Amino acid sequence: MELQLFGIGILTWIVFIPIVGVIIVLLLPDEKRNAIRSVAAAVTGIQVILAGIIFKYFDRSMLGINDASSFQFLEQYKWITVEAVPWVGKIEITYFLGIDGLSVLMVILTALISFIGVISSWNIGKMVKGYFALYLLLVTGMMGVFVSLDFFLFFIFWEVMLLPMYFLIGIWGGPRREYAAIKFFLYTFVGSILMLLVMLALYFSVAYTNTATGETIHTFNILHMMNPANYVDGSILAGVDTTWRYVAWMALFINFAIKIPLFPFHTWLPDAHVEAPTPISVILAGVLLKLGTYGLLRISFPIFPDGTIYFMYFMATLAMISIIYGAFCAMAQDDFKKLIAYSSVSHMGIVVLGIAALNTQGMVGGVLQMFNHGIITAVLFLVVGVIYDRTKKRGVNDFGGIANVMPRYTGVAIIGMFAALGLPGLNGFVSELFSFLGAFSSFRWITIISVTGIIITAAYILWTIQRVFLGKSPDEYLALPDLTAREMVAFVPLIILIILLGVYPAPAIELMNTSLSHLVELITNGGN
Amino acid sequence: MLIQLSLIILLAPMLGFLVLIFAGKKLPRNGDWFATGLITLSFALSLYLLITKLTLHHGEAITGTMTWVVLGNAAEAGSLTVPFGIMIDNLAAVMLVVVTLISMLVHFFSVGYMHGDVRYSRYYAYLGLFSFSMLGIVLTDNLLMMYIFWELVGISSYLLIGHWYEKKSASNAANKAFIVNRIGDAGMFIGIMILFASFSTFAFGAIFDTVAAGNLPFNSTAWLTAAGVLIFCGAVGKSAQFPLHVWLPDAMEGPTPISALIHAATMVAAGVYLVARVFPILTADALLIIAYIGAITALIAATIAITQFDIKKVLAYSTISQLGYMIMGLGVGAYTAGFMHLVTHASFKAGLFLGAGSVIYAMHNALHKKNDHHTDAQDIRNMGGLKSRMPVTYWTFLIFTLAISGIPLTSGFLSKDEILAGTLAFGTLSGHWLLPIIGFAVAGLTAFYMFRLLILTFHGKHAGTTSLDDVVESPKVMTIPLMVLGALSLFVFYSFNPFGASSGWFFAAIERPASVVPALMQPATSAVFHDAVSSMHTLAMVLSILIAAAGVLFALAVYQWNKVSADRMASSLGFMYRGSLNKWYFDEMYGSVFVNGTIGITKILRWFDENIVDGAVNGAATVTSRISVVSRWFDNTVVDGLVNLSARLTEMTGTLLGKIQTGKVQTYFIYIVFSFIVLFFLFI
Repeated sequence: MELQLFGIGILTWIVFIPIVGVIIVLLLPDEKRNAIRSVAAAVTGIQVILAGIIFKYFDRSMLGINDASSFQFLEQYKWITVEAVPWVGKIEITYFLGIDGLSVLMVILTALISFIGVISSWNIGKMVKGYFALYLLLVTGMMGVFVSLDFFLFFIFWEVMLLPMYFLIGIWGGPRREYAAIKFFLYTFVGSILMLLVMLALYFSVAYTNTATGETIHTFNILHMMNPANYVDGSILAGVDTTWRYVAWMALFINFAIKIPLFPFHTWLPDAHVEAPTPISVILAGVLLKLGTYGLLRISFPIFPDGTIYFMYFMATLAMISIIYGAFCAMAQDDFKKLIAYSSVSHMGIVVLGIAALNTQGMVGGVLQMFNHGIITAVLFLVVGVIYDRTKKRGVNDFGGIANVMPRYTGVAIIGMFAALGLPGLNGFVSELFSFLGAFSSFRWITIISVTGIIITAAYILWTIQRVFLGKSPDEYLALPDLTAREMVAFVPLIILIILLGVYPAPAIELMNTSLSHLVELITNGGN
Repeated sequence: MLIQLSLIILLAPMLGFLVLIFAGKKLPRNGDWFATGLITLSFALSLYLLITKLTLHHGEAITGTMTWVVLGNAAEAGSLTVPFGIMIDNLAAVMLVVVTLISMLVHFFSVGYMHGDVRYSRYYAYLGLFSFSMLGIVLTDNLLMMYIFWELVGISSYLLIGHWYEKKSASNAANKAFIVNRIGDAGMFIGIMILFASFSTFAFGAIFDTVAAGNLPFNSTAWLTAAGVLIFCGAVGKSAQFPLHVWLPDAMEGPTPISALIHAATMVAAGVYLVARVFPILTADALLIIAYIGAITALIAATIAITQFDIKKVLAYSTISQLGYMIMGLGVGAYTAGFMHLVTHASFKAGLFLGAGSVIYAMHNALHKKNDHHTDAQDIRNMGGLKSRMPVTYWTFLIFTLAISGIPLTSGFLSKDEILAGTLAFGTLSGHWLLPIIGFAVAGLTAFYMFRLLILTFHGKHAGTTSLDDVVESPKVMTIPLMVLGALSLFVFYSFNPFGASSGWFFAAIERPASVVPALMQPATSAVFHDAVSSMHTLAMVLSILIAAAGVLFALAVYQWNKVSADRMASSLGFMYRGSLNKWYFDEMYGSVFVNGTIGITKILRWFDENIVDGAVNGAATVTSRISVVSRWFDNTVVDGLVNLSARLTEMTGTLLGKIQTGKVQTYFIYIVFSFIVLFFLFI
C-alpha cells in the first residue's frame, strides 16, 4: 500500500507536517497568540486526519516486523552513503519509513494525543510562540520514532524529542521545573548513550550483500539487523547467546526501561509530571512512555531474540515489582499528579509483563495496554489540569464534593478512573486481561503476585474518588464552573475510545494481531 | 428465537440506564415509569421464556455465540478466538425470572420509597445498570463474561451503596464493598487464568468436556482443586462468605430497596449461582472447603444477628447466614436444595427488606412530623406496636419471618429442610457430622432472632419518642410488592406437597449435573447422595420443625411474654454477648491488620522511593558534581597548569633567544662561523 501526496509519502507527511507548523509559528509575530495556537491545532488536526487515513487503508493481514516487503506505506531513499571507508567498506544510512501492526496503533495514538495536547495548551500564556514551536518539534520527534526502520534515523528522532521536552518542562513547568527538567534530560541521555553504543556495535557487526553488485554494505537498517545471516563472522555481536549479545541487550533494555519507566529507573517520572504543565504531562504519559516498550518490541526483541528469551524472567520480575510497587506508592501520594504518575509506573508494568510473556495473548494485551494506557492517563492528567486551572491546587485532600459542583467533569473523571481501575466495559480491562492471561502461561507465580496489584489499584482509585468527588464540598469551591466547550473537545474523543474499545476491542486488535503473532514466532524461533 | 428474546431481556435495562443517565431529568417524572416499564417487559419475557423452556425444551440448553475478539495465532492453540455467548438452561431460566421479578417489584416499591430523592433519576439509571449486569451473569456461557458482569454488578453495587455520597459513612461503605469484593475477584481471576492457560477456552461446556476427557490443568488434580477453590473466592466476596463477609452489613448504608434487591435477593446470591455453574469441575476437596466456609459463615452471622438493634443490620446478618446455608448446601452436594434456597430466599428476604423499608419510611415520616432528626428511624428499640398501624406490612412481614424460620407451609421450610437433609446425608457418607450440627443450630438461631425482630418491631407497646398515631401504612405502590412477595413465600409455588420439595417441578427442572473430575476426586454421585438423603429426610424434617419451633417459642418467651429477661441473659453470657454485639470484632481486626498494614506499607515504600531509589539517583548526581569539582581543580591547576607552563617555557625561550637577536650583522657572522667550526668538528 502506498499513499502519496505531491509525490511525498503519507508517513513523511505525518512526521514532518509539524515542522511546517514550526516554521509558520516562528514567522508569526509574538502577539498573534490565537493564530499561533490555531496553526498548531491545524497541523496536529491534519495529523489526526492522516492517522485516520492510515487506519482505513492499513492492510490487517500483512506481517511486517522483519520483512521489508510486508511493511506498509514504505518509503526508502538513500540518505547518506559513503563509498569505501577503510576497514569497513561501504556505509549506508537510509531514509527508511514504514509501519506494521506494531506501530500503526502508536502512530494513531501519537496523532490523537498531540492534537488533544494542543487543545489543552490553549490557556498557556507564557511565550506562546516558543512553546508551540517546541511542542510541534516534539511531535515530529515522537512520530518519527514510531515510523523509522533505520536505526540511525530512529536514534535521531529519539534525540530530537529530548531537547524540546527539556525546555517545555524547564521553562513552562512548576516551581521545581529546572530540577525536574535536568533530571529528565540526564536520565534519558544516559540511556541514549547506551543505545548509541549498541547501535554502533550493531552497525559494525551487520552487513548485507547487495545482490545486484555483490558489494558488502554495512547498514543501519533495522530489518537487516534481525537476520542472523547478516552478521559478519567474528564481529562483536555475531553468534547466538554470546556474552556481548547479552550485554548489548541489557544496554538497550536499560535505555528503554528508563523511558517506560520500570522500577528502579522510574524516579524521574513523578518529578517530571509534577512540574510539567498539563499538556506536557499528557504527552509524556500518553506517548513518551510508550516509546520505551515500543523500542523493546521494535529493536530489542527481534534483533536479540536470544537475549530476550534469556532475560524474560528478569523482565517479568521487574514488571511485577513495578506493578505492585507503583500501586503502593500511588496510594501514598497526596499530590494528584504524583498519584497518577505512580499509577503509570504500575500500569506500564502490566505492558512489560504482557510482552515479556512472549506469546500472542500477552503481546496483544501488552501493545493494546500501551494504547489504552495512553488514552486513560491522558484523561487523568487532563482531569487534574482542569481542577488545577480553577483552584491552583492539586492535593487530593484539598477537595471534596466536586460531584455536586461539577457534574459533567465528575462524569468524565470517574469514567477515566474506572478505566484505570480495570473495570470491564472500559478499555483498560481488556488489555490488562490479555496481558495477565498471556503472562500466566509463561510465569505462573509472578503473574499471581502481579494480579494482587488490581486490589491495591482499586483501593487507591476509589479512595481518590472519595476524597476528591464525594462528600460535601468546601464553600470556596461551590461556584466552580463545569467543563467548558473547549475542555469537552479534549475529553470527548478519549472517553468515546475508552468505552468503545472496552465494549468491542476487535478493531484495535485486528490491526496488530498478524504482526504480533509473527513477532512471537520470530522470537521463539530464535530469529529465523 | 429464545436467544433473541433473552437479548431483549438483557438489554432492556441497559437501555433504561443509557436513557436515564443522559436524559433522565428531561423525562416525565424523571423517568421512573420508563425504567419500571422496561424491567416489567424483561420480567414478562423471562416468565414466558421459563415456561417455554420447561415445557418445550426441558432437557436441552439453548445457546448462541458471537466472536468478540480474535487474538491471532497462539503457538499451542492455533487461532485464538474469544467468543461471547448466551446459554439458557433450566438454571438460567429460573434465575432470570427471579432477578427480573425482584427487580421489577423493587422498581415499583422505589417509586414510593425514593419519592423526592435528590438523585431520583440517577437512582433508576443505576438500577438499570445493575439489572443488566445481573442478567448478564445469569445468561453467560463462559467464565470471562461471568467475570465481566461480576465486576459490573460490583460497580453498580458500589454506585448504589454510595447513592447518598454526601455522607462519609456511605462512601466508606461503598469503597469497602468494592475493595473487599476485589479481593475475592482477584482469586476468581487467577482461577480463570488457570483454566484458560490450560484449555485455551473460557466456555463452561468446553472446559467441562476437556476435564471429562481426562485433561487437567498443568496435569495435576491439585491445580484443578485450586482452580475450583479460587473461582469460589469470587463467590466468597460477592456472597459475603467468611472471611470476606464484612462488607455486607456496611452496605446497608444504601437505600433500603437496594438492600432488598442487590444485597439480599440477587447480587449476593450470584456467588451461589457461580458455584452451581462450575459445580461439575469442583473436586471433593474443593466442595468440602466450600461446605465448611458456608457452615462457618452461617454460624458466625447468625450469632451476630441475635444481638443487633438496627432493623437492617439484623436482616443483613441474616442474609449472610442464609447465603452460608446455600453455599453449605452446594458444598455437601445438595445442589438442587442449595439453589432452591436461593430462589425461595430471594422472595422472602426481599420481602423482609422491603417490609423493613416500609417501616423505616413510616418511622422517618413520623419523626419528620415531630421535627425529630436525632432519633434513629432504623433502631428497633424505638419501634414496637406498629402492627395496628401498618397491617399490610405486619402480616406480610410475619409470612416472611415464618418462611425464613423454616415453619411448614412456607417456601423456606421446603428448601431449608432439603439442605438439612443433605447435610445429614453428607454426614453419613463422609463422617463430617459437624456440618449438620451447625445447620440445625443455625436453624434454631434464625427462628429466634427473626421472631425477636418481629416482636420488637410490631408487637407490644410503642417505644421511643414518636407517637404511634403519626405512623401510617405505606402507599399502595409499596404494599402491593409486599403482598406479591408474601404470596410467593408459600409452598405452593415450588411444590404441591408442603412437606417435600423433591416431588415438585423445581426438583424436576433443576438436576444436579454430573461431576467431570477424575473418579478419585469426585464427590458422592447423585444416586448415592440421593439415597442417603431419602433415608435421612424424615429425621431432618422432624428435627428442623422441632428446632424452629423451639427458637420461635424462646423468642416469644423472652420478648413477647417476658418470661425470661433478655438483659439477665446478656449479662450471664458475658463475653459471648459482647462478642456478638461487636460482630466478633472482625472489622477491628481487619482494620488494624490489613487496612493499617497496607497504609503502613504504602508509607514505607513512599519513604523508600523518595530516599533510597531517588536518593541513589540524586546521590549519583552529587557524586558526579563532586567529581566535577575535583576535575575542575585538576583542570585548572594540572592540565591548565601544564598548558600555562609550556606557554611560560615558550615565552622564556623566546626571551632568551630574543637576547641573541642583536640586529648586528657582525655578531650574526660570528655565530655562523662559530657554528661551522662546531659542525666541522662534530661530523669529521
